[in-house]
Amino acid sequence: MIIQPQRSLLDLRLGELWRYKDLVMLFVRRDFVSVYKQTILGPLWYLIQPLLTTITFTVIFGNIASLPTDGLPQFLFYMSGTVVWSYFANCLTKTSETFVQNANLFGKVYFPRLAVPVSILISNLITFLIQFAMFLAFVLYFVLNGTSIQPNWLWIALSPVLMLMMAGLGLGFGIIISSLTTKYRDFRFLVQFGVQLLMYATPVIYPASSIPERFQWVIQANPMTPVIEAFRFAYLGAGTVNLNHLLYSFGFMLVVVIIGSIIFNRVEQTFMDTV
Amino acid sequence: MLPECFATGFLSLLVMPTVISVEHLSKTYRLGQISTGTFTNDLKLWWAKMRGKPNPLLRIGEKDIGNRNGEELWALKDVSFTVEQGEVLGIIGRNGAGKSTLLKILSRVTAPTSGRIRVKGRVASLLEVGTGFHPELTGRENIYLNGAILGMSRLEIDHKFDEIVDFAEVEKFIDTPVKRYSSGMYVRLAFAVAAHLDPEILLVDEVLAVGDAEFQKKCLGKMGDISQTGRTVFFVSHNMSSILRLSKRVLLISKGTIENLGQPEKVVDSYFKIGTDSLSHREWINNQDAPGNDMIRIRSVRVINEHMQTIETVDIRKKTGIEIIFEQIQLGEPIVPTISLYNKEGQHVLIAIDTNNFWENPCEIGFHTCTAWIPGNLLNEGRLSVSIALNTHSSGAAIRQAVVRDVVVFQVLDPLVGDSAKGRFTGKWGGAVTPLLEWSRNYQAPITTSGK
Repeated sequence: MIIQPQRSLLDLRLGELWRYKDLVMLFVRRDFVSVYKQTILGPLWYLIQPLLTTITFTVIFGNIASLPTDGLPQFLFYMSGTVVWSYFANCLTKTSETFVQNANLFGKVYFPRLAVPVSILISNLITFLIQFAMFLAFVLYFVLNGTSIQPNWLWIALSPVLMLMMAGLGLGFGIIISSLTTKYRDFRFLVQFGVQLLMYATPVIYPASSIPERFQWVIQANPMTPVIEAFRFAYLGAGTVNLNHLLYSFGFMLVVVIIGSIIFNRVEQTFMDTV
Repeated sequence: MLPECFATGFLSLLVMPTVISVEHLSKTYRLGQISTGTFTNDLKLWWAKMRGKPNPLLRIGEKDIGNRNGEELWALKDVSFTVEQGEVLGIIGRNGAGKSTLLKILSRVTAPTSGRIRVKGRVASLLEVGTGFHPELTGRENIYLNGAILGMSRLEIDHKFDEIVDFAEVEKFIDTPVKRYSSGMYVRLAFAVAAHLDPEILLVDEVLAVGDAEFQKKCLGKMGDISQTGRTVFFVSHNMSSILRLSKRVLLISKGTIENLGQPEKVVDSYFKIGTDSLSHREWINNQDAPGNDMIRIRSVRVINEHMQTIETVDIRKKTGIEIIFEQIQLGEPIVPTISLYNKEGQHVLIAIDTNNFWENPCEIGFHTCTAWIPGNLLNEGRLSVSIALNTHSSGAAIRQAVVRDVVVFQVLDPLVGDSAKGRFTGKWGGAVTPLLEWSRNYQAPITTSGK
């Protein structure tokens, strides 16, 4: 092994990360176990959170503000938005804290730093799958009660790609921000409400189709828009998607991940000197 | 690459193979602030620079010292050395000399600025005991997590699990969250994991090692064991007796460069000879801040050797001076200078006053220097803190005119070459003082009662 000043920009040492796969899995486990220790409801919290958010949205945006939902049952519409969005939002906020939260650990021992963001993606993916299963259960319940829903099987088959895009976007933005927070603490606060504001710029509580034609480009410029709309289109049969928008999002995701990796790679080697 | 490997392989038949080779290693830190700390201020600074304007964040009249691109601190400068397999390398040097930076680079916590290190084998350090323990997780879960953080695979930990639990003596509590552990159990468990890592190269920074004396002893013991089995140990310590006991070679770092590398006794000896340090010299430039009153003020205190040089570390065998400079501002009563020494435990080791008869008259106005000489082979090893008082006396009682407590500190070290009060012993000794006493011996032959 050779220790030297700078590695090439894209030398991410993924091989080394692979050797530390046990560590990644243990981080995932730690995240899970430590979250619901000493709570009464335990893992049920994973379900209660999106459920309560959905109910709140249904009451406020659906009933009081009467926002359109593309003709879908309001409950399902908001739940799909909430569940999908929170995966992205959690990936972003948690990975953005990588360096600051783990400064103590990173300062004492070496392991591939990417193990932390990667483990965050995985543990959030598990949360997402649990919540998504709940969403599907509700879809089934509505169908059994006579609501007509036309899922699109072809698009459902694309779900893994959609998840990859969300994970990539969350990771990319997250590690860029986490790298910047080692120098500028401003970004920590930015993330807090930035993510919340971003939610309103994404068709989570309203369908993209409700945006006037001349502002469509604004909403479609948001790389998360096609992802959420595609999810809705796949499982509920209503949404505004086309392949071009998705390809744009995919490209966006790749660029963010690459830029993020380069910055992360740079920062991880010397951040102990600045934190 | 191939011929190089071949060469090393060939040489290993003759000598132990080199496991670490450090080549022209340097590390710089930027002095002062790394940046202004917030993004907006950095942007402002950058914008002003682009337009050729002065730094907008400076107060009016403040000088731009330009630390953003300017001053750099060389924590390590062009350091090269090699370490053979199975060697215990002691690393000594003053605070800030670069010892810890070297260990940090070796353990890959931070990257060097230039140069490189070739390392053969897994590196682990005992300074990261308990790193990554999560209080909510059980002992069992933490063993796996901590082991993985230190670089063990799940399989390896499976193999050593029972051994680790045995060593830590926590069988009963292995499924209890570690936040319920006593601090002793916590440290034992953490150490057990680190100790079973079986690295090829072990880094130990005694300064950073957590825990009590008992635990540090355990660390040292483990180091001894490890070096017995042909592993390489890097050992940073301020404790010269441990350095001499354990190391095969010693590296002396001073101001980021290698001052000396070689035989332990020689290097430790040269350690005593270098440099000055502010800890053992205190001075008051401004009359107002100086301790004292309108009559008299203390202006400077320092610890010196026979050659009047300021020293921080004192060879136990050499005489040491405490030099006091004071200013007599107005004529007054006669002064009696007094020194007191306190050890690390806060014990009052000695008090001494100057009994020379020239103090019977009041001092003239102006600066006076007086020095108390403490003989060699008197003070015990360790850190000593000096307090100074300038007293006047009135019918047998002292009246303090200028007092300053813990004004300077110095370290007494025994080079352990055999001519100090410890003789050939090397361990740590109690007692406030360890003088070379005059011993006498009588011999009485056994009385023989048997008649021939």
